[in-house]
Amino acid sequence: MINLDFYSAASAKSNHPLLDQRGNLGTRKLKSYFFAFMCFFATVSVIGLIAYLILDTFLQGGAWINADFFTNFASRMPDKSGIKAALFGTIWLLGITALFSIPVGVISGIYLEELMKRGFFHKFISVNVSNLAGVPSVVYGIFGLAFFVRMLGFERSLLSGALTLSLMSLPVIIISTREAIAAVPSSIKMGALAMGATKWQTARDHIFPTALPGILTGVILALSRAIGETAPLIILGAVSFIAFVPEGWNDGYTALPMQIYTWVSKPQEDFHQLAAATIIVLLGVLLVANSIAIFIRIRSRKVKL
Amino acid sequence: MTQSDQPLSEWTNKAYRRARWEQMFVHYLFLAISSVTILTTIGIIATLAIESQHFFSHVTFGEFLTGTKWEPLFEPKKFGVLPILWGTMMIAFGACVIAVPIGVGIALYLSEYAHPKVRATLKPLIELLAGIPSVVFGYFAVTIITPFLQRFLPSTEVFNAASAALTVGIMIIPVVASLSEDAFRSVPQSMRDAGYALGATPFEVNLRVVIPAAVSGIMASVILAFARAIGETMAVSLAAGSSPNLTLNFLEPIQTMTGFIVQVSMGDVQHGSIEYQSLFAVAGMLFIVTMIFNNLARKVVTKMKQAYE
Repeated sequence: MINLDFYSAASAKSNHPLLDQRGNLGTRKLKSYFFAFMCFFATVSVIGLIAYLILDTFLQGGAWINADFFTNFASRMPDKSGIKAALFGTIWLLGITALFSIPVGVISGIYLEELMKRGFFHKFISVNVSNLAGVPSVVYGIFGLAFFVRMLGFERSLLSGALTLSLMSLPVIIISTREAIAAVPSSIKMGALAMGATKWQTARDHIFPTALPGILTGVILALSRAIGETAPLIILGAVSFIAFVPEGWNDGYTALPMQIYTWVSKPQEDFHQLAAATIIVLLGVLLVANSIAIFIRIRSRKVKL
Repeated sequence: MTQSDQPLSEWTNKAYRRARWEQMFVHYLFLAISSVTILTTIGIIATLAIESQHFFSHVTFGEFLTGTKWEPLFEPKKFGVLPILWGTMMIAFGACVIAVPIGVGIALYLSEYAHPKVRATLKPLIELLAGIPSVVFGYFAVTIITPFLQRFLPSTEVFNAASAALTVGIMIIPVVASLSEDAFRSVPQSMRDAGYALGATPFEVNLRVVIPAAVSGIMASVILAFARAIGETMAVSLAAGSSPNLTLNFLEPIQTMTGFIVQVSMGDVQHGSIEYQSLFAVAGMLFIVTMIFNNLARKVVTKMKQAYE
C-alpha cells in the first residue's frame, strides 16, 4: 500500500527510526529552525567572544605602546618597563629554530613522502612523527632540560631553548611538508620518471618546486606556533628579568611569551596592562606571519590557474 | 662538452651512473636526517625513564599512584600524584563539556548550513583561533574570565578551576570544530538525500543520519581535544593556581600536572634533588596519558576512513 501522507503517518505511528518524531510537521520544522539557529549562534558567539577578548586587550594595552616600550628593558617600575630584551630574544629564538627545524623538517618530509620505500620502517617513522606531534610542549621542555641544558651542558642559553623549540616544531613541519608534496599532481611526477629521471631528480627538480608554496605555508605556521610557546622556555630556565640584548647563542635570554607570563602573574594592574601591550606585539608578529602564509597560498593558487 | 667527442651511449651511461650514485648518497643522507625524529622519541623516553627511576628509588610506585597528598615542596614531603592527576582531569573534562557541544555545533553549521562562501571565510578564521598562544589565553583567563565569574558567583576564588576549564574549553573548540567538520563532510550526500526523501526535517537528518554516520570522526576530535587539554600548560597554571586539591568544587584553586611542572621550574630547583626528579615522573605520566589518547584517536580515525573507502 502506498501512503503518500507520510508526515501524519509518521506522527501517528511508525517504526522507522528517522520518523518516530512527536508532534506535527509545524513543531518539527520549528525544532529544525531552532537547531539551525543554535548552530549558527555557536559559531558567531565563539568568533564574537574571541574578538571581544582581543579588542579588550587592545584597549588595555594600547596606551602603553610607544617608542620607550620597545627600547626599554623590563623593570620593577611599570612606567619604565619595556620589551627590548624579550623582542630580541624572540627574534634570536626564531632565527636559530628556523636554522635547525626547516632543513631537517623539510628534508624528512620529502624523504618520507617521495624517496623512502613503503614498508614497516616507513610506517614506524610516520606513526612516530604523528605521535611526537601530540606530545605536550612541557614534555619537550623537560627533555630539553635533561638533554640540552644538563647533558650537553648548553646551560640556560638561547641554543638550548631554540633546539628544544626546533624538536617541537619538527613533526608539524614534516606533516605539512608531506601534505604539500602529496597534493602535487601525480602527472608531474610520472612525467619526470618517464623521461628517465631518478626518484631524487624528480623530487628535487619537479616535486619540490611545485610543492614549495605549500611547504612554506606549513613552515611559517609551525614557526609561528613555536614563537608563541612559553612552557618549554620556563622549564629551560629563560630568565624573566634580563637587562641586556643577547649577542650570541650562548647568552641567556627572555622572550615575548615569557615576558607576558611574568607580567600576568604579578598582581598589580599596571603590569597586566604591560602584558596586554606585549600581547599586542606578539599577536602582531603572528598576524604578519599568518598573512604571509595566506598570501603565499593565494599567489600559488593564481599561478596554477 | 663531453657529448661531442664521446659516443652518446657512453655519455648517457655516465650520466645515468652519476645520477644513481647521487640517488644512493641522498638516500642515506636523508635517512640519517629523518632519524632525528626517532632519536627524539628515544631521547624523550630515555630521559623520562632514567630520572623517574631515581625518583622511584625514594618514593614507592604505589605511594606515587595512590597517595592523596601532593606536597613536594614542604617537609615532610609527600608525593601522591592523585591530587594533580585529579586537577588535570577536572580541567580536561570541564573543558570538553564546554568545547564538545559548541565545537560540534560549529562543525554542523559550517558543513550543513553555511553557504560555501561563508564556510570558506569562517573555517580559516576558526582555525586561526588555534594559533593564539596559550599564554595569551592565560591573560584572558586572569584579567577577564575570572573577574567575570566572580561577578556572578561571589564565592569564586582568585585562582579557580572553573576559569581554567572555561579558558581551555575555548582553546580546544577549534580542534573539535575543525576535525568534526571534516568528518561531517565525508558523510556521503546520498545518505542525507535518503533521509530527506523519507520526509525528515534538516534537524532530523542531522541528528539521525549525519551525526551517527560521522560519530567516529567526532569521537576522534573529542579524544584529541581532550589530550590537548591535558597537555595545556600556561592558561591552566595562570588561572587555576598552585594548590594541589582533591576537590569537586570548581570555584576552588587546584593544580594540574602541567601546572606543577611550571611551578617547580619557576623556582630554583637543585639538579638531582627529589623535586627535580619528580618533574620527570610527572612528565612521564603526562607523556603516557597523552600518548594513549592520541593513539586511540588515530585508531578511531583509521576505522572511520575504512568505513567510507
